[in-house]
Amino acid sequence: MSDTRYSSDHEWARSEDENSATIGITDYAQEQLGDIVFVELPEEGATFDAGDEVAVIESVKAAAELKTPVSGTVTEVNSDLEDSPETVNESPTEDGWFCRLELSDPSELDDLMSEEEYEEFTSNLE
Amino acid sequence: MLRSPLHDLHIELGAKMGPFAGFEMPLWYPSKILAEHKHTRSQASLFDISHMGQASIVGEDSATELEGLIPTDLKSLPLHRMHYCCFTAVNGGILDDLVIACLGQDYFVVMNAARKEHDLNHLRTNIKKSAVLEHTENALIALQGPKATEVLRRLTPEICDLQFMTMGDFAIRGVPCIVSRSGYTGEDGFEISMAAETAMKLAKDLLNEPEVMPAGLGARDSLRLEAGLRLYGQDMDTTTTPVEAGIQWTISKSRRTGGARPGGFPGADVILEQLTNGAGRRFIGMLPQGRAPVRTGTEICLEDGKTIGRVTSGLVAPSVGAPIAMGYIDRDYASPGTQISLLLRGKHVPAEVIRLPFVKHRYQNTVKIQSNSSGGKSNV
Repeated sequence: MSDTRYSSDHEWARSEDENSATIGITDYAQEQLGDIVFVELPEEGATFDAGDEVAVIESVKAAAELKTPVSGTVTEVNSDLEDSPETVNESPTEDGWFCRLELSDPSELDDLMSEEEYEEFTSNLE
Repeated sequence: MLRSPLHDLHIELGAKMGPFAGFEMPLWYPSKILAEHKHTRSQASLFDISHMGQASIVGEDSATELEGLIPTDLKSLPLHRMHYCCFTAVNGGILDDLVIACLGQDYFVVMNAARKEHDLNHLRTNIKKSAVLEHTENALIALQGPKATEVLRRLTPEICDLQFMTMGDFAIRGVPCIVSRSGYTGEDGFEISMAAETAMKLAKDLLNEPEVMPAGLGARDSLRLEAGLRLYGQDMDTTTTPVEAGIQWTISKSRRTGGARPGGFPGADVILEQLTNGAGRRFIGMLPQGRAPVRTGTEICLEDGKTIGRVTSGLVAPSVGAPIAMGYIDRDYASPGTQISLLLRGKHVPAEVIRLPFVKHRYQNTVKIQSNSSGGKSNV
């Protein structure tokens, strides 16, 4: 069973097994950004610390970045997003994933919010 | 935060609201910017632009006094005709761009929301004999798009006889309005000023028409950018002259060197010199390669890295499906077809200089009344 964890920057990380996770932005984040028209993905093999900018996300109106909520090395990117960036709007937590990381410290996932905690967090933002 | 008279309607429609020039305004509705943009290009969209400033200059000396601030021939402007123009600064820069309409001896002006306070102060400081009356009691909406005429024909057919950049008094479903055939999207359309308390009814009546959808400030921005229309505070300001900004066609022939009333506006020495000799930099359109939008502040350079200009507006154009940008460039590189480079996140993105606009203007009922414009602009 996969477990999705959330950051206060509106990213999610889903552990696929003990040592890897898929990351993306939340539904709340895509809703705030509006129509996403461009995504720049990281290079496979690149290594990032938690909080590093790993991808550029551009909506019609504004530029944003995806900061990885966990540290690790990129093993796979969702290159479909380069041709269809709107997938991030349509399916932010499934088809609109950004990349998979081999985790350098899986315990970082425990520092992130659970789904319930994240829902509580966003409901207090409006 | 100030609210538009249509605030409750925006909330009811589920708008994403955001701050703009001290107002809380709709940025987009649930259909979002891309859909609103495309709808405006194919059907008709209703924009709330009540945050913009509206004022009258009243008195027999209005034209003379306004000409002291604006390099446009207002004395020859026929009744009910409008002109796009700018307030110039002593250094030749632009204090604001505005639309001015002739009401006989009086004039009606519509100013940018963010410059309203400045402009009113500027008018009141410099205009002594005429009265400057702000119309805070008015709402302002824009109906833009190729189906706008069809919609208004159903409601008030005589509005459709308006020529582009003219205005008149009408009643739409019993609501008294000042309607002009104008807008800032590049499409045919109308701008409607009415008492705030009647705006809600009229906006709802218009939204009930099958062709009409609401559109927010996000789509307004992407539409004006595709149409090559400058945004004050971003594409032009007090550091850019009308000649540099490529809106020298707002400077009437009669106000130029050799004209009937040359000069007599702030910064005339700088601006008239630039009209004669050209400015050192020009406002241009650019088509960057690839898919990445190129935003405000991006450097324009040559292959060797030399900076030759700066992007002031850019996005992925919804109608074009590719990035477009506008900005200032050294005049040596301003010719359409010139290959340039844009420095985006440390990487060079090749781009080509093109003639504005990106999307052809589709104004209807246009008529040329003054032979004073230069540069081949015929949109006003």
